[in-house]
Amino acid sequence: MSKRRRSLFEDKQHLVRMAGIFAAGIVIFLGLQMALVPKTFGLYGHYRAAAIGEEASKPLTFAGRATCATCHLAVIDAHKAGKHARIGCESCHGAQLGHSKDPAHAKAQKPDPKKLCPACHEMNVARPKWFKQVKSAEHSSGEPCNTCHQPHAPQL
Amino acid sequence: MSHPPEPKSRREFLAQGAKFVLLTGAASVAWESILAGTPETAPNYKTSEHWWAMTIDIEKCIGCGACVRACKTENKVPLDSRFFRTWVERYHVKGADREHPEVDSPNGGYDGFAEIYPAGDGAKSFFVPKMCNHCSHSPCTQVCPVGATFETPDGVVLVDATYCLGCRYCVQACPYGCRYIHPETNTADKCTLCYHRLTKGLTTACCETCPTEARKVGDFKNPSDPIHEFLRNNNIQVLKPQMATGSKTYYRALDGAVR
Repeated sequence: MSKRRRSLFEDKQHLVRMAGIFAAGIVIFLGLQMALVPKTFGLYGHYRAAAIGEEASKPLTFAGRATCATCHLAVIDAHKAGKHARIGCESCHGAQLGHSKDPAHAKAQKPDPKKLCPACHEMNVARPKWFKQVKSAEHSSGEPCNTCHQPHAPQL
Repeated sequence: MSHPPEPKSRREFLAQGAKFVLLTGAASVAWESILAGTPETAPNYKTSEHWWAMTIDIEKCIGCGACVRACKTENKVPLDSRFFRTWVERYHVKGADREHPEVDSPNGGYDGFAEIYPAGDGAKSFFVPKMCNHCSHSPCTQVCPVGATFETPDGVVLVDATYCLGCRYCVQACPYGCRYIHPETNTADKCTLCYHRLTKGLTTACCETCPTEARKVGDFKNPSDPIHEFLRNNNIQVLKPQMATGSKTYYRALDGAVR
């Protein structure tokens, strides 16, 4: 029996077959990746960058005090002079973007001073000491706050 | 008679297409950027020009709950008392027992706080508004297995609800308890720092309605933003600094008893 020296590439058809399977696998992987991974994934980091724009395009409900100032000039002027000057309109009047877009139909409701004012000014030991607080039951004997105080520009 | 398309005509077609894209591109950048979700290319807002943070002044918070109500309205957070993007806690620290403060937050402060502590009981009592701290090394984004939550280039931690599996890892990872699973979508939900408002030049709903300006959103990349002065001139603390979360919610006059 003569011992034949085996060539390194003697069984190369096996290698070719394996390489073919690998290549096919890679092509399938790349195809699936292209089909399944969102286009913007990985643009800025390990997330879908398009989600940033989707978040930014969500609808608003609060118009912001600058929007209110475009129409309610007289009350804004009065508001500027008082102690409530730095309080936003929608802090008391609620979200008013709907009203700002369609003032004729979406009417803003007047808040009830008996409920609204104590939300901030009712006596509470946890409130900071500098903040004006009253026990409304003793303070006004049931009269609404705006009998004496002007909510837009309180002097008292 | 049918001829195969000539190379010339195809080249013309491509040239025309390219020209169409280039000419209309400038006009449609705004719309495209919204569709494609790349605010980097939006004309009025560049993520690279902002780095958002929040400041909260404990000595200004009066516990009215306006922020909680505004947040739920603006962001359509379920009115159930288990789901909040922001809420207010009342602390009651008795004398030297700083390890065991009494903390309550009835309905997250949504309806305000009824007086439950007698005046002059010798305790220290104050309100602490809480919200997502928009950490710059946020533990919640690190544990997400699918990349559904992330820090934006302008420093806001967001959730991609279309990508979220609802596995709840992030809810457990947040050391501040700022996340919840939305009962309708079954995905993680949290404060977005009103990203839809910030990108339009508006402030957040909670800051818009806070009557004492206890909360203020700030932009570190704006040199004239008051946040720089606020941080420089006051005693500032973040929640759980030992967690090294890189929290960007800065509290002024925060008591050490706050957890």
